[in-house]
Amino acid sequence: MNMTTPNATMKQNSAPIVSPGNGSPMGGALSIKNLTKIYDPEGVNVCAVDDCSMEIAAGEVCMIVGPSGCGKTTLLNAIAGFHSITSGEIRLDGDLLCGPGKPKAEQGADRMVVFQNGALFPWKTLAENVAYGPIVQKRMSKSEANDKAEHMLAEAGIGEFCSKYPGEVSSGMARRAEIVRALINEPKVLLLDEPYRAMDALTKSIMHESLLETYDRTKVTIFFITHDLEEAIFLGDKVHIVTTRPCSLKKTVDVNIPRPRTYESLSSEEFRTLMEEVNEAVHEEAVKAFQAGERELA
Amino acid sequence: MASTAQSENKTDTNGRVMTAPTGFALVWYRIKESLTTPRPYLMLLGILMWLFLYWLLCEGLRLDRFDKIPGPIAVAKEWFSPTPFQGISLFTEDYYNNIYVSCRRILIAFGLATGIGVPLGLFMGWSKKFKDYTFPILEILRPIPILAWVPLAILMFPGFEAPVIFLATLASLFVTTLNTMLGVQSIDESYFRAAGCLGSSNWDIFKNVVVPGALPYVFTGLQISIGVAWFSLVAAEMVSGDHGLGYLIVDSYMNNVTVPMVIGMITLGFVGWFTSVLVRIVGNWLMQWHVKALAQQGR
Ligand SMILES: Nc1ncnc2c1ncn2[C@@H]1O[C@H](COP(=O)(O)OP(=O)(O)O)[C@@H](O)[C@H]1O
Ligand SMILES: [Mg+2]
Repeated sequence: MNMTTPNATMKQNSAPIVSPGNGSPMGGALSIKNLTKIYDPEGVNVCAVDDCSMEIAAGEVCMIVGPSGCGKTTLLNAIAGFHSITSGEIRLDGDLLCGPGKPKAEQGADRMVVFQNGALFPWKTLAENVAYGPIVQKRMSKSEANDKAEHMLAEAGIGEFCSKYPGEVSSGMARRAEIVRALINEPKVLLLDEPYRAMDALTKSIMHESLLETYDRTKVTIFFITHDLEEAIFLGDKVHIVTTRPCSLKKTVDVNIPRPRTYESLSSEEFRTLMEEVNEAVHEEAVKAFQAGERELA
Repeated sequence: MASTAQSENKTDTNGRVMTAPTGFALVWYRIKESLTTPRPYLMLLGILMWLFLYWLLCEGLRLDRFDKIPGPIAVAKEWFSPTPFQGISLFTEDYYNNIYVSCRRILIAFGLATGIGVPLGLFMGWSKKFKDYTFPILEILRPIPILAWVPLAILMFPGFEAPVIFLATLASLFVTTLNTMLGVQSIDESYFRAAGCLGSSNWDIFKNVVVPGALPYVFTGLQISIGVAWFSLVAAEMVSGDHGLGYLIVDSYMNNVTVPMVIGMITLGFVGWFTSVLVRIVGNWLMQWHVKALAQQGR
């Protein structure tokens, strides 16, 4: 289960590692090839992902943008190992996660998920939530894990809420704690599924700053699903626009705004051009999705 | 979503922490607060009105059919009398003995039902296979009214004590098991997924997700189940008992002493209410996170 040791990350068999120089020392290159996922509830085939391929370099912030119900969560679930795939393959740093002969990836702490609706355990305090991973993986003793958890929560600016339950803090804080809970396991990839979608614009901007700050510190690969275009460009190195269901890659937009980014970059000319480019591609898909009456399952 | 301003540590504009009361101070604060609202006075008025109606029917107007029923004054006089005419009052040993016997039976029955029902329900909710084995039988046995079990209970168990306890256990077992199972099934799938991501073993998931996640339902179930336990205990005591509050009620009726009958009934009301509050207190104590989350929503 514990794949965060450095020698495991050095195995680079066949996966093409794109954009060297940006590579994270921890690895985390994801390669998705011809992925197809067909749901089969009660004999009715629902094709959620069809022949989707994308390459995500180690240490890259990769934003997935597409209309609701198009299959983004399905894609993420396949990477995380929550469900099996129908065909195609997914590799992490060249190692096969799932593919021919292995339909379902094993869940592991190298790919940590931050869920669409939040999944901090409501019966554990924030510190207990964060300390949980290292304890069950037997990587740290209870007291070590607790110290580390408190330290990391303090680093994320929510140290004084360590002993609060998730139900007692604001959704923004809970979200931040959830990201800390993921990061304490030193994952190669952080998978986020529309983590800020229920938040107001002001809270969102605070969350963005803190995520960027975290990223600059850890350089973990980020796979981030959203349908907020501004968010996608502001945070991402690359924006992958996917088609409406069945999901496949429609267009990739490179974001070359230098880091560290601040909110001033939102008003730059460069940002506006990118916004238009992404918007055009997404809008087309959104219209198709709307006309097909797509709905997501969550 | 409640605002964070309601959280326990309020910070004023200068950054000083103003700590909100907790524990007994909080209870005292709530009592003081509630005295400024009409609620406690209305409750008191409500009780007095019902008592008055009771008195009016039985002792004030002495309506036909009500004249055989002891009124509130007769009951109160007897209940608080050191020398009761009809044998039962706060000062007789017999009264406490009956309460003690019933409570002991409930304690055993409820303890057994909880000890068996909660693990059973947890496994049924957690493992599809285990549910397939057990659920059909449970669903067929559950609708059988508890009184229909009386003859079988008497045949199966010797003496007075065991059949009565068996009946109360059985009734509350069904409720506890079913609620616990529903509790596990109500847990959001993403908690299981999160636990899986974080590297949990099956046993870790059971301890850290299944058990705490089902707890709110378990305790809702236990509150119902203790009520059901009392219900079936008294029924069993009336049919085949020896001592206990149910026995007191039916025995008084047979001997034409109606005041102890009413005293037994009211006592049952109080004792039953008390046990159910006890279950709620234990539940809240075990589920601080739940209580605090509800408090944030103003409940
Ligand atoms: N477990 C499932 N069984 C059947 N269909 C599903 C399931 N999960 C998702 N779907 C369908 O797959 C499609 C994509 O869903 P999803 O991946 O949740 O979309 P989104 O891009 O909004 O995250 C939707 O049409 C949805 O109804
Ligand atoms: Mg989704």
